[in-house]
Amino acid sequence: MHAPAAALPTVSQSALSRLFDNRNFLGLLFMLPGAVLLVLFLTYPLGLGVWLGFTDAKVGRPGEWIGIENYEYLVTDSVFRLSVWNTFLYTVIASAIKFALGLWLALLLNERIPFKSFVRAIVLLPFIVPTVLSAIAFWWIYDAQFSIISWTLTRLGLIDTYIDFLGEPNMARGSVIAANIWRGVPFIAICLLAGLQTISPSLYEAAAIDGATGWQKFWHVTLPMLSPIIAVVMTFSVLFTFTDFQLIWVLTRGGPINATHLMATLSFQRAIPGGALGEGAAIATAMIPFLLAAILFSYFGLQRRRWQQGTKD
Amino acid sequence: MKDQDLQSGMNYLVSVPRRVVTVYIPLCVFLFVLLFPFYWMAITAVKPNAELLSTTGNPFWVIRPTLEHFEKLLFHTAYPSWMWNTMIIAVISTFASLAASVLAAYAIERLRYHGSRQVGMAIFLAYLVPPSILFIPLATIVFQLGIFDTKWALILTYPTFLIPFSTWLLMGYFRTIPFELEECALIDGATRWQILIKIVLPLAVPGLISAGIFAFTLSWNEFIYALTFISSSEHKTVPVGVITELVEGDVYHWGALMAGALLGSLPVAVMYSFFVEYYVAGMTGAVKE
Repeated sequence: MHAPAAALPTVSQSALSRLFDNRNFLGLLFMLPGAVLLVLFLTYPLGLGVWLGFTDAKVGRPGEWIGIENYEYLVTDSVFRLSVWNTFLYTVIASAIKFALGLWLALLLNERIPFKSFVRAIVLLPFIVPTVLSAIAFWWIYDAQFSIISWTLTRLGLIDTYIDFLGEPNMARGSVIAANIWRGVPFIAICLLAGLQTISPSLYEAAAIDGATGWQKFWHVTLPMLSPIIAVVMTFSVLFTFTDFQLIWVLTRGGPINATHLMATLSFQRAIPGGALGEGAAIATAMIPFLLAAILFSYFGLQRRRWQQGTKD
Repeated sequence: MKDQDLQSGMNYLVSVPRRVVTVYIPLCVFLFVLLFPFYWMAITAVKPNAELLSTTGNPFWVIRPTLEHFEKLLFHTAYPSWMWNTMIIAVISTFASLAASVLAAYAIERLRYHGSRQVGMAIFLAYLVPPSILFIPLATIVFQLGIFDTKWALILTYPTFLIPFSTWLLMGYFRTIPFELEECALIDGATRWQILIKIVLPLAVPGLISAGIFAFTLSWNEFIYALTFISSSEHKTVPVGVITELVEGDVYHWGALMAGALLGSLPVAVMYSFFVEYYVAGMTGAVKE
C-alpha cells in the first residue's frame, strides 16, 4: 500500500499538482448538474422576466421592445398602486404580529412544560401542511353564512349579524392577514427557539446574581443574544410574506374590489388569465428592488452573526 | 418573566399559580388557535351535507358522521390521479435535487475550487429568489421547450428552489465532517468520488434526510408553478386540483373540499411525524447557518 520512500518527493509533487488541476476540474464537474438546472430555470428566467417587463408580450405572441411603457402605464394604474399599498400593509402588519407572537411562543416553548417535544412537534403543523389546503379551511371558517366564528360570537351575544369576513375590504384585509399570521407564527417560533437554546444558562445565572428581574434578563440578555437570528428569520419571513400568492389566491383572488390584491397576485392575474405577459412581468420585476433590500439586510445579519461567533470564514 | 426557568434550579422560585398564568394559559390559547383549523377541517369532512348547511344544532360536533365526501372525492373526481401526480413529481424532483445538491455542496465545501466562496454566496441568494417573480418567464420557457402541461414542467422547475435550499443545508452539514477522515482516505489512494460515496455520504445521512424531508414538503406544497404550467385536469397536483376543480361556480362542496384538504395534507403530515427532528433541523439549519 505504501509508496517507497525514495520515490515520495516526485510522486507527491506530481500528485499535488494533478490534485490542484483536478480540484478546479472536479469542482466544475460536480457543480455541473445543479448549475445547468439553476442557470436554465433560475438565472435565465430572472433575466428574461426583466426583459419581458420591457415588452408587450402576450400569451402566444412574442413581444416587441416598448421601453418603459409598461411601467409608465402601471404608475398611473390605480389597481397597481393599490396592490403596492396592500403589499406593504400586508407585509408590515403580518410580519410585526408574527414576530411578536412567534417570539412569545418561542419563550413559552423554552419553559419546562410537560410533553415538551410533542407540543413542539404539533406547533409546527400549520407550517408543514400545504398552504393552499389550510387556506381552504380558513375559507370555510370565514364563510359569510356558515362561519364558525360568527356563530360563536352570536351565541355569546357579542354580535347580531354574521360578519362578512371576505366581502368587505378592510375586513378581508384583516382576515387574510390573520390567516397568514396563523401559518407564519410556528416557523418563527421554532427558529427562534433554536436560537434560544444556544444561549448559555450561565449568562442568566450571572444576571440573576446581579439582581436582574425577569424583564431585565429578557431585555439585556435574551434579546441581544437572539438579535442576529432574529434578523435572518425575519428577513425570510418578510420575503415570503411580501411575495405571498397562495393564501390570497385561495381566499379572495384579490377581491373584494381589489382590496387584497398583492403585487404577486396582480402579476398573475394580468399575465396568465389576462394574457398580458409583459405587464405581469413588469409588476413582478417591480418587486425585485424590495427583495434586494431585504436580502442585503439578511446578508448583514449573517455577517454580524459570524462576527459575534468569532469565526472568520 | 419567561426565561427565568432556563436554569431549572431556580424553578422553585416561581409559584404554581403564577406559572399557570404566565405559561400554561397562553400556551393553551396558542395551541387552540393553531390546531383549531385542523379540527374544523376534519369535522367538516365527515359531516353530511344536511348538517353542514343547517342553521340549528351545534356546528362544533357531528351527529351522523359520513364518508360520502371521501367517496365522492376518490371515485367521482380525478383526485386519486392528482395525488399520484403530486407524489411522482415530489419524489423525482426531491431525489434529483438531492443528487445535484450533494455534488455541488461537496464541491463548494471540500474541493474548494477557484471561486467556490462566491458560488456558495450565489447559492444562498438563489435560495431567496421567490417563485412569484419567476413564474411568468418560466411559463414562456416551459412552453418553448414543449413540456407545457406535462409532469416534466414541474419536475424540471421545482429544483430551482430545492437545489439552492438543499445545497445550502448540506454545505453546513459537510462542514462538520472532519477533514482528517478525507485526508486519510486520500493517503490510502481513494479518489474524490470514492471519498464522497464511501466516507462523506454515510456520515451525512442525517443531513440528507433533513434536506430530503424538507424538499419533499416544499414540492408537495408548491402552488404557483403548478397552477401556471398545468392546464388539463388529469395532470394537476393536489393543491391546484382541489382549488380549481372542486369549486364549481358558486356552489361550494365544503365537505369534499375539506376531505380533499385533509387527504392532501396527510402524506406530509405522516412524513413529518416520523422525522420531526430532522425536519426541524433542516428548517432551522437553513436559517441559522
